[in-house]
Amino acid sequence: MSFLSLEQVSHYYYSPTSYTKALENISFSIADGEFVSIIGPSGCGKSTILSLIARIMEQTEGHIYVDGENINDSSVQIGYMLQQDYLFPWRTIIDNILLGPKINDTISEETHQQIKQLLDDVHLPGTEQQYPDELSGGMRQRIALVRTLITNPNILLLDEPFSALDYVTKLKLENIVSEMIKRYNKTAVLVTHDLGEAISMSDRIILMDAKPGRVAEIFDIPESIRQTEPFYVRRHEEYQQLFDHIWQYVSEDTVGERNHNHEGDN
Amino acid sequence: MKETIDQILYSKYKRQIKKEKKIVTIWQVALFLLFIGSWELLSSSRLIDPLLFSSPSKVITLIYTKLGDGSIIGHLSITLFETIIGFLLGTIFGIILASTLWSSKRVANIADPYLVILNAMPKVALGPIIIVALGPGYVSIIMMGAIISVIITALVVYSAFNEVDPNYERVLLSFGASRWQCFKEAVFPATLPTMISTLKVNVGLSWVGVIVGEFLVSKKGLGYLIIYGFQVFDFTLVMSSLVIIAIFAAIMYKLVEKLERWLIKHTVS
Repeated sequence: MSFLSLEQVSHYYYSPTSYTKALENISFSIADGEFVSIIGPSGCGKSTILSLIARIMEQTEGHIYVDGENINDSSVQIGYMLQQDYLFPWRTIIDNILLGPKINDTISEETHQQIKQLLDDVHLPGTEQQYPDELSGGMRQRIALVRTLITNPNILLLDEPFSALDYVTKLKLENIVSEMIKRYNKTAVLVTHDLGEAISMSDRIILMDAKPGRVAEIFDIPESIRQTEPFYVRRHEEYQQLFDHIWQYVSEDTVGERNHNHEGDN
Repeated sequence: MKETIDQILYSKYKRQIKKEKKIVTIWQVALFLLFIGSWELLSSSRLIDPLLFSSPSKVITLIYTKLGDGSIIGHLSITLFETIIGFLLGTIFGIILASTLWSSKRVANIADPYLVILNAMPKVALGPIIIVALGPGYVSIIMMGAIISVIITALVVYSAFNEVDPNYERVLLSFGASRWQCFKEAVFPATLPTMISTLKVNVGLSWVGVIVGEFLVSKKGLGYLIIYGFQVFDFTLVMSSLVIIAIFAAIMYKLVEKLERWLIKHTVS
């Protein structure tokens, strides 16, 4: 059953002197509770897809449906995690976490209970009154996760949330995020450059082409890998084989890419 | 053993800092004394005309007697009042204007050439028009103190609004925030340090506006004393007013600096 679906979505970026076609006829759907990764070269419009689902921008053409309803009419809650934590430095941790509930005017006694629970879940209990600059990068990204989850989103969008972290922190965080998503049964879309990360966290991988952004291939991840925690997947016997298989497609793309000039991701 | 060596080196470093500070203070005091001393000497030996340049002893005597009969307090308090109100109005309206520009790209585009002209224009040249419009009283003078800083404040704060990392807004937008909520929760607080630093500039500008305003119309205030002393050729009075302005402008600047530090500590961690 498809929960989130994109149908023939295209998107253009305009500037006074030129325009760029960022996405061309993107169609795919995601089931409830599924974890999907989008990988692809820079400029393939990965982040654009997330911005469209997050309702920060509207697609030039095509439709996005949630639960059969047009996403702009839907009351579905969407959580969005960015490349960096973007915690507000002048707010305490608790005030940062409360941003979403404050904007939606839904702060209650229950919210505070939930925050306590979530902070325990990410192994950061008792940090409520601290300021973001008192925490390390990995800790801050975990707080950003709590801030995203506190609005109780049905869909979680992850835009390379681990890319600014060191390797060990990144692996640990993959585990925490993956566990939280399973525990609270969220539908998730992860955008990443890191094929290993995509394999270890997702149920399905969408590989994209750049210029204009198109869906190139879709890979299903075997059950045995899906059952393994991200931290251990990279040592799983089938991991290397799958990695090499997908890598063929990825590197084909990269060779083709060399003939083009390409700009940034956004 | 090692720790004691570390500590010796550290205390040596501290001693050096102290010594440097002492040297700077000695030079500052020496220059001050040299200036006052040579002024007094040149004036009493008539190498410079004491009628035009007065002398420190005359200035101090005059301030002392005027403090005694209380007349200087009246002039000082009216000028301080006008400066503080002008400074506050200029800053507040500057920030309001910047917020209006931010609220609509179109408004900002329309206002752009007018802001450029108003900013380039020497504001004190508007003095006569302001006085005609608002009457020859302290309202006009306060207006002069305010108008001189309002446009530059608006421009500086507006450009700071635009430099706020858009990702903070993205976070809020993903929660479904309105534009006003983005402003209130992200753009405004992120720009507070810039706004606070405009305070320091504005306090100096307001002094300029108010003194010029008093030159033009008033019958009271330090600017009036300067112009009056000039007209009756009492340069001791002019010098005394300048000394008082220098002292109080410095005090106000230091207070704003203290306020700046306090605000930064309590709003931006």
